[in-house]
Amino acid sequence: MAGKIGVLALQGDVSEHVTAFEDALGPDGEVSLFRDASDIKLFDGIALPGGESTAIMRLIQKAGMLRPLQQYEGGIFATCAGMVLLASEVQDDSLFEPLGVMDMTVKRNAFGRQRESFEADIECKGLETPFHAVFIRAPVVTRVGYGTEVLASLPQGYVAIRHGLHMAFSFHPELGGDLRFHRLFLDRLGL
Amino acid sequence: MILEELKFGTELLKRGFASMQKGGVIMDVVSAEQAVIAENAGAVAVMALERVPADIRKAGGVSRMADPTKIVEITEAVSIPVMAKVRIGHFVEAQVLQELGVDMIDESEVLTPADEEFHVDKKAFSVPFVCGARNLGEALRRINEGAAMIRTKGEAGTGNVVEAVRHMRAIQSEIRMLKGMDDQERAGYARKIEAPVELVMDVANRGRLPVVNFSAGGIATPSDAALMMQLGADGVFVGSGIFKSENPEKMAKAIVETVHHFNDPKVIAEVSRGLGEAMPGIDVHTLTPDERLQTRGW
Repeated sequence: MAGKIGVLALQGDVSEHVTAFEDALGPDGEVSLFRDASDIKLFDGIALPGGESTAIMRLIQKAGMLRPLQQYEGGIFATCAGMVLLASEVQDDSLFEPLGVMDMTVKRNAFGRQRESFEADIECKGLETPFHAVFIRAPVVTRVGYGTEVLASLPQGYVAIRHGLHMAFSFHPELGGDLRFHRLFLDRLGL
Repeated sequence: MILEELKFGTELLKRGFASMQKGGVIMDVVSAEQAVIAENAGAVAVMALERVPADIRKAGGVSRMADPTKIVEITEAVSIPVMAKVRIGHFVEAQVLQELGVDMIDESEVLTPADEEFHVDKKAFSVPFVCGARNLGEALRRINEGAAMIRTKGEAGTGNVVEAVRHMRAIQSEIRMLKGMDDQERAGYARKIEAPVELVMDVANRGRLPVVNFSAGGIATPSDAALMMQLGADGVFVGSGIFKSENPEKMAKAIVETVHHFNDPKVIAEVSRGLGEAMPGIDVHTLTPDERLQTRGW
């Protein structure tokens, strides 16, 4: 079945998400960019890319996308900053109000600054072999609400989680060419 | 849970960091207070400096890496990444910045060069570097040394966008030219611009630089920023343009919004209203060759 995926194109590694979803969907699929809420209902799923969460959040508010994103009924695939946006709460920053799409608390820059960014092979629920994960100034999830499935965790917190149609990652499955998580996401959307 | 050892400072992590900055505005700041204004305006990173380029120009003399106290003060004030500048070739200043936890190092012609023969060996560092370039050859030499991000040099501290335009157009037009060449011609072109053949081939195949390419040097208004984005920049650095303007907070927000809607003149028109005076500008043609920062580095 031909699926439609939209990538939020306000700021961050947008083109990397587009390429990854194009590869995962194959020739029948369609990946487009969106910068406002008007097209959002057309997509089976959307991706919230990595970038700077404060900058993206400001632009979401400015573009009037807060409600449409909160009420979106398709699947959301969120990485790094995208994970921060989906959360209901950011640890140690009560002023920052994320979208609250998933009941969870995230901690920004949980591993430290850029020099502490790392690559590692991690074991993930649902994958037969470890996933080579790229963590860049990554956040982690420190608390999840009812019904959230943890797919991978590190001593600092949860790094891959799933709730209903949504998936959120501390690391960047869109970098590095391993598309297994993209396929798991599309599978649940029936694509 | 970790099966194998962690890997730090890889090429993927460095270039990946730069990719996360795409579509963003990186702002020069000289204090924690300015850094917070920049963050709240939606900057994706700040460049921690002792003085903005316009003031470096006025002060003259030898311009060096900022005081570590200042850099730490700024890194502690914001959650977005912090960048800082080192003199061209000054690898010890770079070691210091890496030690301080700076997220990206700008090996910059805005400071007085420390080495007139060699740039910093950026592959020896785990922190990523951004470097200035005026044309494709210069960009590829820096990438070959390990730069994870390129920015056009422009002419910093002038509030005059003409040089940034010249450099961005030069790089884009060389890439377009490469695409139309066969492999032999490409190899010949690589020799001509003194760039590694493999990198030239890579650029020809991708149709763009293998790293993120920002624009810098002379951007003073929202329209300047949109101009650079429409010419193909992945994002912009704004130096003196924000905190030398009449209303920095408003200017910062306006430039951020413009960069995200760079193809939408309606948005640009709206955010450009009532910004107050932009920074005072300098006609680049009145600068003597010595006063041109862009000719530093090669």
